[in-house]
Amino acid sequence: MLADTTSRLETALKAKGDLKLVAYIMAGHPSKKRSIEVGKRLAGSGIAALEIGIPHSDPLADGPVIQHAGQVALQHGMTVEGALEVAQQVAVEGVPVVLMTYINPVLAYDPRKFAAEAAQAGVAGVIVPDLPIEEAEPVAAWLRAASLDTVFMVAPTTPPDRIGDICSHSSGFIYCVTVTGITGARKELPEGIVELLAEVKKQTTLPVAAGFGISRQDHLKALRGKLDAAVVGSAIVDEINRAGDGTALVRELLKACR
Amino acid sequence: MTSRAALTHPVDGRFGAFGGQYVPETLMSALRELEDMWHEAKADPQFQLELAGHRRAFIGRPTPLYAATRLSEHFGGTHIHFKREDLCHTGAHKLNNAVGQALLALRMGKKRVIAETGAGQHGVATATVCARFGLDCTVYMGTEDMHRQSMNVRRMKLLGAEVVEVTSGTKTLKDATTEAIRDWVTNVRTTHYIIGSVVGPHPYPEMVRDLQRVIGDEAREQYLSLDGKLPDVVVACVGGGSNAIGIFTAFLDDHDVTLVGVEAAGKGIRTGEHAASLVAGRPGVLHGTYSYLLQDGDGQILTTHSISAGLDYPGVGPEHAFLRDIERVEYVAVADKDALAAFRLCTRLEGIMPALEPSHAIHQAGLIARDLGPGGRILVCLSGRGDKDMDSVDAG
Repeated sequence: MLADTTSRLETALKAKGDLKLVAYIMAGHPSKKRSIEVGKRLAGSGIAALEIGIPHSDPLADGPVIQHAGQVALQHGMTVEGALEVAQQVAVEGVPVVLMTYINPVLAYDPRKFAAEAAQAGVAGVIVPDLPIEEAEPVAAWLRAASLDTVFMVAPTTPPDRIGDICSHSSGFIYCVTVTGITGARKELPEGIVELLAEVKKQTTLPVAAGFGISRQDHLKALRGKLDAAVVGSAIVDEINRAGDGTALVRELLKACR
Repeated sequence: MTSRAALTHPVDGRFGAFGGQYVPETLMSALRELEDMWHEAKADPQFQLELAGHRRAFIGRPTPLYAATRLSEHFGGTHIHFKREDLCHTGAHKLNNAVGQALLALRMGKKRVIAETGAGQHGVATATVCARFGLDCTVYMGTEDMHRQSMNVRRMKLLGAEVVEVTSGTKTLKDATTEAIRDWVTNVRTTHYIIGSVVGPHPYPEMVRDLQRVIGDEAREQYLSLDGKLPDVVVACVGGGSNAIGIFTAFLDDHDVTLVGVEAAGKGIRTGEHAASLVAGRPGVLHGTYSYLLQDGDGQILTTHSISAGLDYPGVGPEHAFLRDIERVEYVAVADKDALAAFRLCTRLEGIMPALEPSHAIHQAGLIARDLGPGGRILVCLSGRGDKDMDSVDAG
């Protein structure tokens, strides 16, 4: 059902011996200007792709760190339009950008307009964590029509027969949620994650990325060879909270990827 | 007109365009399980028998139909009746839903229950059934509501529930619900989430409706037994909308019966400080369902205001959104000050202290009574009692 041409995300995230790293920042956190600066620096830090969050007042799937970043961004006046500008300025650095937001801001903005403008901004794909495959249309159709990848999530609670459906709806990569829970750094990776990743790998040729709770070198070492990419979100946002730009953490984590 | 069959059976989890399951993938299998279990339980005579027993002996059903004669006289002679959900055990209709869902949690083998609460009535109802059935109970409640409804916080704690204070966002029902959903995403394998209203992802709006429709089923029969006629108008307050759906459902096919849902106009619709999502909102997604919402142009959920914590919610059940759009139910909004006046009036004239939520409906009944004149017939869902609102009333 997908275009024959390999997407930018697919190419960027396919592991070739090493494990790829995907970083996450929130547009407008702690300010619009700063999020663009941080995004540009991360773009050159060796990551394979950058997720940029569009803040939402009620982020169901996020833990306290990303929720707080979203609240700060909203308080500073960040909008969907503003986030698309952030994405555009970061995307010119050449790193594939994936927008991550909730369905209501997309619906309110108008999904067709959102898709067209995201594509124009140079965005590669979109992840909407509260949009399961059953509810995906017609929003996913607008995204596809704009040549954006639609990344869907597999969770530890997803039954095996459903994994295939999710894989066939996805393009760019498959986002594998490692924990039964919300975003946020954790000490240990949960049991069963390796089995889940193996099951997903069996059902798709797309790159498979794992996210939620990944923040440490030992997590990456444990995952290397079992999937294509790992997403680090809250740990980077936390560094940005402490006036950092996340590149130091990325450099350290990349050592565990090779 | 759409037939009742079409109204009461959501197709693919939707009432017309409204409803759905906008939740993280982690919850999808739990929602499927819940849907299957609910349909199985609903069709199981043993489950129905057990539910009927608890309704009778634990909740105190059927609740009476009451002729509010002095209020009727005050409003010019229209006959006003109350469906007395304030006489349910724990003081509101919320227990109808909590009992049914607790039985379902037991059937699913889940030993831990979570809930969100605004006014505290649903929290108290959930804590109550958890005590009754020996389930672990955690209730999420916004800081703001914990202040407004401190007595209910104490009740929940006495009943053995852990009350988790929610300090994020507006610190009210909306944020308590978001926090409860996050808990559910994390503990879904062991935990059942008892949503308190006809909101949230499918199958909740349908399941809560099925458990609350006992209000209208009883009321319609009781009303007919008076003189064989139906009311002209049925009035109920709408926050998420469970008492309203509960009483409306039985009357949906009675096309001569006008149904009126009353939202909270707070300080006035024009001030922006209100909670009238059907009257003044636009469709969007909140807490897993597509329905009318109070949101800004960017899809961010707006802060709401109502003197009544139970109506202070920026969304509304998707079936109400559908009933609004097909014009089967008329939705209006009543301001804080009018609800307070109706509270005082009802207390003084009837010796019944209504909760501030149904006080909105009582005010609207007064307006309708003036239109109908002597001989008119109005049925009001008196969804809960007002003891919990003493502080708000004194302050108002």
